[in-house]
Amino acid sequence: MNFAHDTGLIFWRQMRLSLRNPVWTVISLLQPVMFLAFFGPLFASVFNRGLVGGVGNAYGYFVPGLLIQLGLFGSASVGFSIVSDWRYGVVDRLRVTMVSRLAILTGRVLRDVFVLLVQSVMLIGLGTAFGLRAPLAGIAIGLGFIALVAISLSALSYGIGLLTKSESVLASGLNLLIMPVILLSGIMLPLTVGPGWLQAIGSASPFRYIIDAMRQAYMNHYGGATMTEGLAVAAGMALVCVWLATTIFRHENAR
Amino acid sequence: MAIIESRGLGRTFKSKRGTVAAVSGVDLSVAAGEIVGFLGPNGAGKTTTFRMLTTLLRPTCGTARVVGADLLRDPVGVRAGIGFVPQAVGAVGGGSDPNSTPREELVLQGKLYRKPAAESVRRAEMLIRQLDLSGFERRLIKTLSGGQRRRLDIALGLVHSPRVIFLDEPSTGLDPQSRSNLWEHIRRLREDFGATVFLSTHYLDEADALCDRVLVIDHGKVIAEGRPEDLKQRVSGDVITLHVDGDPGLVQAALGGRLGIGEIARDGGTLRVTVQQGGRAIPELVRILDAAGVTLTSIQLVSPTLDDVFLTLTGRCLRDGSPSGQDGPAPAGIGPDGPAPAVALEPGEHSEFPGDHSEFAELGERAAAREREEVAG
Repeated sequence: MNFAHDTGLIFWRQMRLSLRNPVWTVISLLQPVMFLAFFGPLFASVFNRGLVGGVGNAYGYFVPGLLIQLGLFGSASVGFSIVSDWRYGVVDRLRVTMVSRLAILTGRVLRDVFVLLVQSVMLIGLGTAFGLRAPLAGIAIGLGFIALVAISLSALSYGIGLLTKSESVLASGLNLLIMPVILLSGIMLPLTVGPGWLQAIGSASPFRYIIDAMRQAYMNHYGGATMTEGLAVAAGMALVCVWLATTIFRHENAR
Repeated sequence: MAIIESRGLGRTFKSKRGTVAAVSGVDLSVAAGEIVGFLGPNGAGKTTTFRMLTTLLRPTCGTARVVGADLLRDPVGVRAGIGFVPQAVGAVGGGSDPNSTPREELVLQGKLYRKPAAESVRRAEMLIRQLDLSGFERRLIKTLSGGQRRRLDIALGLVHSPRVIFLDEPSTGLDPQSRSNLWEHIRRLREDFGATVFLSTHYLDEADALCDRVLVIDHGKVIAEGRPEDLKQRVSGDVITLHVDGDPGLVQAALGGRLGIGEIARDGGTLRVTVQQGGRAIPELVRILDAAGVTLTSIQLVSPTLDDVFLTLTGRCLRDGSPSGQDGPAPAGIGPDGPAPAVALEPGEHSEFPGDHSEFAELGERAAAREREEVAG
């Protein structure tokens, strides 16, 4: 199976580069860790007074938001590496071999998923120290959602990176995407405490459904419409993003 | 038997102002075992042609067969039989990752060609030795010198023992020593690896030093081809520079109108005589001058360079593509098959040195070429 073989080769190449510079993996964890430490306690006291509208464990509500935020910042910025690889001629050097065109994308995405899952587990561990209580099955389902988010965003980021070949375009694109998503998906506070018009705008953000489903899972609820919706949105988003990126990665090749 | 053969190969890019033909109908043929140079100024279409022939860019017209495989129908077959070393500008480009080591990159490249792990390692180690990278193979690539990096780039193109290797501007940005060292390695590609070498360059001395045959490309078309010496012979003729004691006018009168003697340019006591074949003309010249009672103080034969060839073919200097009027004498207005023209150039006036080329201009050109590709999509 050439595709799997090639994906594995690219995956290990990218892993080796990540391991050579593990400091980035740690740095991108810093932001959610700071939120956990310095914003988490505020959130918990507001939550526990019933002002947020949720019930149960405050951190079970808060940590899924942090995980999505971690995925947004981490996976979405991977496109910078393809811009620099293109500039160094690495992309051409890979494409001139017999390697599957698609594997150049999938090997990278797989590495990003892996790195994000490792970071997520670290964040969840730290969250537990702060008071997170969630069932293991729920945490596992949450990680599944995180993996789908990572696939979507990293594929999209590589696609945009290879299409524009410009760090500055990619950076402005990311800002344009990430800020509204963070504000409109109820990552910090659930949108349900806000006015109706804000909830209406928020319903356009796919991450809103994903985060609702993750919170359900953390509360040990696995059935219901929220979970189905979340799963459908996450899988659909991954499919669309991978399809887009694939088109871009195959573009201009003599097949 | 041609190992690379193209017919009408072309590529147009769509830009805001309409369609731009980067390459318009290139016919070329390279025989197995040849070292062929693709010579032309920046933006002439060298890189675009290479990218098409190496399956990195889809041609908009024409056909090509490389190592016996059809470019469009069997690109994987083409990839299996060719190596490609992309253009590099300083530390940028070339194909290796600055945060990896040469050994890692070479072994990975072998595996990407679907070679077994053990063979990839063996081959990587062999190439490390052959391209003088021993001792650096476990260092990060960003710590290597320009020459070492370029040798690594070439090694990366050789991991699967390709029958043809494409080198895009192999020596750009290297200092003269690394450059001549690299030339040695390029010559050995044929001797040691039995590879056919197709290299692009805008350095005439490089084409002259390395190539059996040169294709001259300008504005996306091949405008001349042949052995370097034939091209030079066909286009320019040789220049004999004479210094005489006495009246140079007398010499001019004695030589004028003789068979095989072209223009005679006079500058004080110095005369520049254009002749068809310098080696044969010198004894004849000396005899004539002797008979006329003129004392020669020095005589010098300068063969034309490929710079002169390019200037004569296009009316522009190869170096920057500017009109010749800006930095050189006007070209003689005759075609490739005409008589010996009277191009009176200072020896070495158009010779090319790596140092006088702006790396930034080149980076810009490369980026522009890539951008055109993108717009096309």
